[in-house]
Amino acid sequence: MKIIDTANHIAALAAKMAKPSVVAAYPITPQTTIVERLAKYVENGELNAEYIRVESEHSAMAACIGAAATGVRTFTATSSHGLLLMHEMVHWAALSRLPIVMVNVNRAIGPGWNIWSDSNDSMGQRDTGWIQIYASSNQEVYDSIIQAYKIAENEDVMLPTMICYDGFILSHTSMPVYIPEQSKVDKFLPEFKSLWSLDVDKPITHGNIISPADYMDVRYSMNQAMKNAKKVIIDVGEEWGRKFGRSYNLIEEYKCDDADYVIVSTAAIASESKFAIDKLREKGKKAGLAKLRVFRPFPKEMLRYDKMIVIDRAVSLGLGGIVYNELKGNGDVYGFIAGLGGKDVNYRDIMRIYELAEKGKDGWYGIEVK
Amino acid sequence: MVAIKKFPEEEYILKGTAACPGCPITIALRTALKALGKKTILIVPASCSAVVQSLVPKTSFGVPTLNIAFAASASAASGVAAALKMLGKEDVTPVVWAGDGGTYDIGIQALSGAFERGENFIYVCYNNQMYSNTGIQRSGATPYGAWTTTTWTGKKEIQKELGEIVMAHHIPYIATASIAYIDDLYDKMKKAKEINGPRYIEILAPCPPGWRFDMSKTVEIARLAVQTGAWVLYEAINGEVKLTSYSKMLLKRKERRPIEDYLKLQGRFRNLTEEDINKIKKNIDEKWKRYMEIYKEKEEKQ
Amino acid sequence: MSMKTAISYPTEGGMGETGSWRVFKPVIDESKCIKCWLCWIYCPEGVIVKKEYPEVDYEYCKGCGVCANECPVKAIKMEREKK
Repeated sequence: MKIIDTANHIAALAAKMAKPSVVAAYPITPQTTIVERLAKYVENGELNAEYIRVESEHSAMAACIGAAATGVRTFTATSSHGLLLMHEMVHWAALSRLPIVMVNVNRAIGPGWNIWSDSNDSMGQRDTGWIQIYASSNQEVYDSIIQAYKIAENEDVMLPTMICYDGFILSHTSMPVYIPEQSKVDKFLPEFKSLWSLDVDKPITHGNIISPADYMDVRYSMNQAMKNAKKVIIDVGEEWGRKFGRSYNLIEEYKCDDADYVIVSTAAIASESKFAIDKLREKGKKAGLAKLRVFRPFPKEMLRYDKMIVIDRAVSLGLGGIVYNELKGNGDVYGFIAGLGGKDVNYRDIMRIYELAEKGKDGWYGIEVK
Repeated sequence: MVAIKKFPEEEYILKGTAACPGCPITIALRTALKALGKKTILIVPASCSAVVQSLVPKTSFGVPTLNIAFAASASAASGVAAALKMLGKEDVTPVVWAGDGGTYDIGIQALSGAFERGENFIYVCYNNQMYSNTGIQRSGATPYGAWTTTTWTGKKEIQKELGEIVMAHHIPYIATASIAYIDDLYDKMKKAKEINGPRYIEILAPCPPGWRFDMSKTVEIARLAVQTGAWVLYEAINGEVKLTSYSKMLLKRKERRPIEDYLKLQGRFRNLTEEDINKIKKNIDEKWKRYMEIYKEKEEKQ
Repeated sequence: MSMKTAISYPTEGGMGETGSWRVFKPVIDESKCIKCWLCWIYCPEGVIVKKEYPEVDYEYCKGCGVCANECPVKAIKMEREKK
């Protein structure tokens, strides 16, 4: 079935079709329409779940942790300050190896209050042990949320997974999306599995005091799980392709084979970049695009090109673009910081960035630098 | 009331814990779990109780236990309760087991949220009136005048009345208890287990190293707290406050032992001036005046 | 063994034989004991076992003395441990 709707409504639909037993969420712009829609699904009986209308995002993740630890599938969604307030529990979920799935609608961090797209919120959670997938279209939002459960709940992974996409640019923009039948989704997603659960017949304690040696063992195993996740994400993406006609990988290449410069970007800037590549090609420039879909685990080994232009909608202040810095050493890399706080980045900007890189320039795009 | 000798013999706290000798937490938890039984899931925030469990991969707790971040126990318990409902396991009771720091202070938002939502779990606060696990710092539950490592000259403020804050949430069951009156504690736990919705039980838990008294006196101090009227045992069932017999008989001031009997055994009150003691007395008297008024109203209604 | 997350299993003696912490040990005079079982229920460590008379598990008893302090007939004495 093909429907036309906003990414947030599509995300709510995808979450519903993954059949979580517990949804815990707190409203924040621009995530709100996801949790409103989910509340409706639960109240009208379309989704058989307990909906916990928590009093904060910290509690939203804590409730998901409690539920997942008791042995059920969970879902939550947030944005920006909500994700930051949640940060402690974001770590807790990963260290507990609970396969929670969360949507983060990317939004800038205040002050001043800015509700527009910016990836610094989720990229700031880089080291928490969550798998992070960035979607560039509403279709990718749908497909990635369903896939996220299968990835997170894979026994070689067992890590929580975050689906990220741009506030408003996607969250509130309608696009056509193919929605598979529920029965096919049910077949694709196995029963909920977890590494451990709270069971009165097999009592265990989770998370008491741990020695340095055992703690390091836990961290090592999380890193192994992240490594395992690369293959699992690819396998799940291929299976999705076989069953639903759209395959996914860690990155998506577009006209990279003969490219002089390959643009590396994520989320909405990546889909805009695709259009820019065509325009650049029309001008006779051999431009290519490598869309970074999965930010953690980071597919550094796949992003090897002689000349790369990285466009970051996030910055590590005092160092530079986040993805740019992670790709340094993989070739000649030109890093651009653009679009922070929702500042518009359209295909003309991307073409300009390309031409600046050709001249050996990089840095903050769209700022008057004296 | 169940006689002590008839308490179940099952132990859910296994010998050889990491608790300090004379710890009130394990006294309370041993009996609480005897009352609650095997079908209990504990949710424990950062606290002494997290340490008491001993080191991974061993635990001294014989029921499933979820350790959780300091501010998150009531919300994690909400998640556990929701999952149990979805799994059709509503005969299992989620029980938060938190200290006063995790309840009065950092955990109060999650607690208030969960109580307002009517979540189905028991919240137990064992109140040792300070952050004992981190080394005896003052909390919102520390009484006026008490020495702590962040109030070297004695706390200047009066503790908050969390029971009254909880009462404003219209939950079905609230009770206070004491490790000294262990049959009453057992009884209240049993009663709470049979009720649906949020239930709040607060247990006064005198801490030997924190309150500066000999480790053999844990129960004695807890008893004195009740006998002097410093700690009041009551229940509030659907909002109706009822003093527990041990406290009800203290409604007349002359029945209450002098507060000095309680204070003088504790090193944390060593430096109280007469003025300080008078302030503590006044605070206790005011509290009891409120209970007197509640009872007068009750009598008038009848 | 690779530990995936901090999972623990119920074990007696989580902190080892905590009886070694003890300086004074409780000794029960059965001739005085009235079997009220207050020592059993007040023991913070659960090391007083319900037999014919209360029996102390010295492997784990930390020697806090709560039992002796609470015994209503003074049937429990705290005696200094001999090395």
